[in-house]
Amino acid sequence: MERPLTRNIRLGKSPLHLKDYEKAGGYQGARKALQTMAPQEVTELVKNSNLRGRGGAGFPTGMKWSFVPMGEDAPRIKYVVANADEMEPGTFKDRFLLEGDPQQLIEGMIIAAYAVQASVAYIFLRWAYKRAAQLLTKAIAEAYQAGYLGQNILDSGFNLEMHLHTSAGRYMCGEETALLNALEARRANPRAKPPFPPVVGLWGKPTVVNNVETLCNIPHIVANGVEWYRGLSQSEDRGTKIYGISGRVKRPGVWELPMGTTIRELLQEHAGGMSDGFTFRGLLPGGASTDFLVEEHLDVNMDFGSVQKVGSRLGTGTMIILDDRTCPVGMVHNLERFFAQESCGWCTPCRDGLPWVARILQGLEQGEGEPGDLEILDRHTHLLGLGHTFCALAPGAIEPLQSALHYFREDFQRHIDDKCCPWS
Amino acid sequence: MLSQQERDEIEAEFPHYEKKRGVSVEAMKIIQRHRGWVSTQAIEEISEFLEMTPDELDGVATFYNLIFRKPVGKHVILVCDSVSCWIMGYEEVRSHLLSRLGIQFGQTTGDGRFTLLSVPCLGACDQAPAMMVNDKLYGNLDPAKIDEILEAHA
Repeated sequence: MERPLTRNIRLGKSPLHLKDYEKAGGYQGARKALQTMAPQEVTELVKNSNLRGRGGAGFPTGMKWSFVPMGEDAPRIKYVVANADEMEPGTFKDRFLLEGDPQQLIEGMIIAAYAVQASVAYIFLRWAYKRAAQLLTKAIAEAYQAGYLGQNILDSGFNLEMHLHTSAGRYMCGEETALLNALEARRANPRAKPPFPPVVGLWGKPTVVNNVETLCNIPHIVANGVEWYRGLSQSEDRGTKIYGISGRVKRPGVWELPMGTTIRELLQEHAGGMSDGFTFRGLLPGGASTDFLVEEHLDVNMDFGSVQKVGSRLGTGTMIILDDRTCPVGMVHNLERFFAQESCGWCTPCRDGLPWVARILQGLEQGEGEPGDLEILDRHTHLLGLGHTFCALAPGAIEPLQSALHYFREDFQRHIDDKCCPWS
Repeated sequence: MLSQQERDEIEAEFPHYEKKRGVSVEAMKIIQRHRGWVSTQAIEEISEFLEMTPDELDGVATFYNLIFRKPVGKHVILVCDSVSCWIMGYEEVRSHLLSRLGIQFGQTTGDGRFTLLSVPCLGACDQAPAMMVNDKLYGNLDPAKIDEILEAHA
């Protein structure tokens, strides 16, 4: 089985230096793109690969790039930004790529920048990733020294400057327009869309924002082609995926596997099954803002289409497991408290609705639940849904709530009937 | 007044951003590195240097949870309270820290040694429960391990 994105990563070891990265086949993709392909050909190739964004939303990457104005009349300055603000609770896959093979990300960004003819690239890194910050700083310097960044890269006439920006916190920064505001050193409220960032982005210039894992796919697609990329997958969605599992399992971790690997295989074979004394009850398939799945979904393939068919989202592909000794209401309370805290406060449904939801859940947990509470929660799953809010934060926040109310309704009801949390 | 070194470090960031004000988060992080936190006086000094109003800059400062607008202790403990850590034993970590330090979240110990803050997911879910002390990450926490970490920072 091929694992292109993680082939250079050795657990507990420092990442490859640029020279060794080159020896392992690194920068072949950048060489091929910059020396033998027109920018639009690169975008076309990525489009044909069907690569979909790995940050959570799954937007087709090539299509995103194709929105960027090209040619003589296009703005002189354009930007590419790697979204390395990994803050979705339960998600730790980009950390693995950033610490494990920083040159791979830089190469992906160079190719992306060439495709859209951007002259400046930023890595927007979350503050907590201190080790990644050190390694990226070093890797960027190495890439400059070797001539992969700076002026006239690989004698192609293409120029690119790259900077590392370390954020000062807040989940909201992961939303791509909020990220742009953060990068302009403003409050990280999201922006109205349209216009979308590929047309009007950082400082008003065309800007492509891609997730770290997405960008790490690019060098391999360019170097090996679309047919090869298709062959990596077990599903309609192409390539490999970095999956992760946390919770009460024997071996929590991340693994690169064919896109479409089943939940059961991930849980049983890779995570080693549930920890002794714990029984599986459910899971969030792709981070905090995805709908719960349960036992009957264990044979679902972890790809965008299959997970959507059963009412959830692939999201970031990093699963959080709910066990029988953990209270589902308590878990949802933890999630909603997080979202309420991280709301930027810009729009009313999110700013006022999420704290209300969190307070009711806290009440249930403390034995202060009342008849009618579940109906108020039900109503919020509509009031905070898509179309009612300025951005996707609140709609994401209600995904675990609405599915928990569906699958674990009896547990919610018991909190009210027994006037206490049955797990405490 | 900004020290020469603080000014130099902020100026070194200018070429990385299209506009001067784009440096403001970096500038506050630089000041925080030197002074431990960002006082109202520092907000005034930085905003003058970046040709912003103090209110504009404070609006930015107060959005981000890791720009400290109050003094902090010598060591800042950031405890992850998100979902995976919660499942894996956050409550025990929390109550042990609170009783050992004798403070609540958002407070600093009387000797000025530790400030205790909660933070969202640290991206260390495979080693939950986790926390950071200053720049270092600690995972798979239990009361014994927390005692060791606190003693190492005593």
